Amino acid sequence: MPSSDYDLASLPDLLPLYYRRLFPFSQYYRWLNYGGVQKNYFQNREFSFTLKDDIYVRYQSFTTQTELEKEMHKMNPYKIDIGAVYSHRPNQHNTVKSGTFQALEKELVFDIDMTDYDDVRSCCSAADICSKCWTLMTIAIRILDRALRDDFGFQHLLWVYSGRRGVHCWVCDEAARKLSVAARSAVAEYLSLVKGGEETLKKVVLTDPIHPFIKESLAVVEDYFPQYALQAQDIFGRKESVEKVLTLVPDDVRRELQQLFEKEKKPENRWELVKDQATKKQATGKKGQHFEKEIMLQYCYPRLDVNVSKGVNHLLKSPFSVHPKTGRISVPMDINRLETFDPFAVPTISLICEELDRPRTGEEDIKENEKDAAEKRKIRDYKRTSLAKYVKYFDQFLDGMASSWKGELLRKSDLQKEF
Amino acid sequence: MLFSGGRRKKHIANPQTDLYAHALQFYGQPPLENISLSEFETFAVDRLKLLKTVENLGVSYVKLSEQYTKKLENESKNLNFPHRLDIDDRKSQNAPNEYEKRRKDYISHFILRLAYCQTEDLRRWFIQQEVDLFRYRFSDLQPKQKLEFLHRNNLQYDTISIEEKKTLLDKLVNSSYGVSGITVEDQDFYKVPFQDALDLVRTRKVYLKAGYVYIPHQDIVTIVLNDFRTRLSKALALTARSLPAVHSDERLQPLLNHLSHAYVGQDYSIQKNVGKISLEQIDSLSGKSFPLCMRQLHQALRENHHLRHGGRMQYGLFLKGIGLSLEQALQFWRSEFIRGKVDADKFDKAYAYSIRHMFGKEGKRADYTPYSCMKVILSNPPSQGDHHGCPFRHSDPELLKQKLQFYKVPPSGISQIMELVKGMHYQLACQKYFELTHNIDDGSFSLNHPNQYFIESQKALGGGKDLKKEMDMSQRSQENSAARRPAAAREAAANTSQDLVEMTEDLDSFFQDG
Ligand code: SF4
Ligand SMILES: [Zn+2]
Repeated sequence: MPSSDYDLASLPDLLPLYYRRLFPFSQYYRWLNYGGVQKNYFQNREFSFTLKDDIYVRYQSFTTQTELEKEMHKMNPYKIDIGAVYSHRPNQHNTVKSGTFQALEKELVFDIDMTDYDDVRSCCSAADICSKCWTLMTIAIRILDRALRDDFGFQHLLWVYSGRRGVHCWVCDEAARKLSVAARSAVAEYLSLVKGGEETLKKVVLTDPIHPFIKESLAVVEDYFPQYALQAQDIFGRKESVEKVLTLVPDDVRRELQQLFEKEKKPENRWELVKDQATKKQATGKKGQHFEKEIMLQYCYPRLDVNVSKGVNHLLKSPFSVHPKTGRISVPMDINRLETFDPFAVPTISLICEELDRPRTGEEDIKENEKDAAEKRKIRDYKRTSLAKYVKYFDQFLDGMASSWKGELLRKSDLQKEF
Repeated sequence: MLFSGGRRKKHIANPQTDLYAHALQFYGQPPLENISLSEFETFAVDRLKLLKTVENLGVSYVKLSEQYTKKLENESKNLNFPHRLDIDDRKSQNAPNEYEKRRKDYISHFILRLAYCQTEDLRRWFIQQEVDLFRYRFSDLQPKQKLEFLHRNNLQYDTISIEEKKTLLDKLVNSSYGVSGITVEDQDFYKVPFQDALDLVRTRKVYLKAGYVYIPHQDIVTIVLNDFRTRLSKALALTARSLPAVHSDERLQPLLNHLSHAYVGQDYSIQKNVGKISLEQIDSLSGKSFPLCMRQLHQALRENHHLRHGGRMQYGLFLKGIGLSLEQALQFWRSEFIRGKVDADKFDKAYAYSIRHMFGKEGKRADYTPYSCMKVILSNPPSQGDHHGCPFRHSDPELLKQKLQFYKVPPSGISQIMELVKGMHYQLACQKYFELTHNIDDGSFSLNHPNQYFIESQKALGGGKDLKKEMDMSQRSQENSAARRPAAAREAAANTSQDLVEMTEDLDSFFQDG
């Protein structure tokens, strides 16, 4: 049995192997080249590498897939970040007149990080995660994925596990890549319901009428709330956590609930009492009495880092980059199988490198044309590891996008014919 | 007959009259006439005043509320800009001075474009105020005039059919502000790409489906504003490119620079009092002379041995403004951070850069100015894990109250402060806090900057006499700062190995990962 025990010290040995034999370069290039629809799209893209000893190298760019491969083989980055598509080649940014080197386009991205939920999870804190709090990520993905598709009309959403404690979303539609900074921040704000810093206790405030987007989001949260908040996190268990919930309701309701809770200890029933109070309040016809919804949202609604989504030139960790701390590969997530996604089952670099060393099974020894041997071997290589299913999913994602490139390319060539 | 005939002739003879035929403008083409340098200056200064008023009112009042509108109208009148836009265009054009007012409005807008196109920050500020001014003016128009305006500027939007309205009725009612089932039937709904109505999207005041928003006619101003904003920001980018030509004009250049500096008020970044404060003093100063926003950051830093990016910027620049040298700043942040999860090595790699950056020693080499209250209050609101922002704006009132009690503010004072907070007068609330904690009855200054708070506090406590003098001197020697730049640049160049790292302001993002 290969062990997935990962040790940071082994990284310098494993990375060359990973980049030489496993990293899915052709898919990676296929993605970032976007069918070659726009000239120099790949060439003007910024990559940034983190090398050993936290050395950051920004403004890397490559003219071809081969050049990218060569450079990665040489540098063996601990971490890869992807930046914007610029007006010029990023590696020549020093040579162009200052002010003219500008970030033009980038995928619309979202970063959801478990540390931002520290005030509402009791199981772990900071960078730690467990299967209990992972539910938060599932909720986040379901809510955002729906809204980005149904409300904003985007189609090509790549969800990626960050390798440690969060998920990223890359919205790859052409329209998304072309969004202005103002538009990005408007989208991010539309999607943000939990507001305020450490000096704000009540972070969700709903006003009438409740927007359809919030209703849809609430429907998702309601699916998970009993199991996640009432049971897993037991928010109506310990005294302090009960108090914390009760800071979110109006004063008179709080006093009443405190009394009722004296006799009622079961979390589910306590939650029913809260909901009863809300129904009562709402029946009075007074506006803005949505505290039961506000509680659910404050505990479960996705917490976005708006600043990451806003900037066109913001860097975000690349898919298939390794997380140096955990050794896990940052893998694309199949959102049709979201409920079964297990961050702890995501392969580490040590695991997949070990899997490479396992003896080949007979069927893989097909005769091959010498010329393509290296390329074919690489394809076969990743297929023999636990990385395979993630690359396969990535392929499907790219196929989906390719159909839209084709349309675009056709349109362009038609235009040309007209002249 | 004769009259209108005569007018038409004038139109042909003078294209400027056409340009100023309407009070509300998209400012399409630049004015063509010559203008004297002194007129240039008064126009610019007056518009700047108007825009500052727009900004201030936006903080203290709900935009377009009665008071907001009234104050803005008064200010426009005082400064001789067009006001009362609802009066019929043709009639008011003949009103005394109306032509002059419009001319002033038109020309001054273009002058400020020159002054405010130079940096991202300036552009953002200028666009925001111009957009708000436009919003106010547009909302002042009669419905008919609004339609005329759309017409004149070729703004056409698709309306949805009655059937579509019926199917979406529920959604439209629940997403549009102040729209009921009846009013949905009564008015047109426009369907436009969501990019054209960002303000409504941002605040979720519109129904959004498959990338399109459904805007009730009553909210059409949003699309118009969006259009205005887009045009203006494109125009500024163009102007910026032609700027070298303007800059070679030695009469204009100092004037333009002066204008663009004016928006932040006093520049507290000037470092003349460097080294007048020792690191040991900071704890006690934070209790006595720091405004609450900085006190809060200081406390959070001491407790957590860490501050996130937003907090580091707000607090770091403030400290720079009160006189910490770069060396002191590095020492200050390092000693605190290494008490937490960051070791010295990590600090030097990941954070030292951003501190040198604040002092203009890295990256774009811009010398960052400490944030004004307005900036703290309006931009980059704190989120999870953040301690920055303005406590009067960004704290739960309950927490703020507790804090004030803890700081021994008398109950009557607390209720006064909370009243001001409720009315969204955050700076006034802060000033009240200042008065209460410094035993001053009526402030002789009007607070708009955390560093000003500090200086005034030192003055009031008598401890800051020397400090004050230095500060005044520094104002006078603003020009010197430019002269210091080359030395700084040289030093920085020596320190960095160019190819390795060149980072932007968004450093933090770069160091956080999933
Ligand atoms: S009003 Fe200004 S100085 Fe006072 S706390 Fe707020 S930001 Fe700080
Ligand atoms: Zn957990």
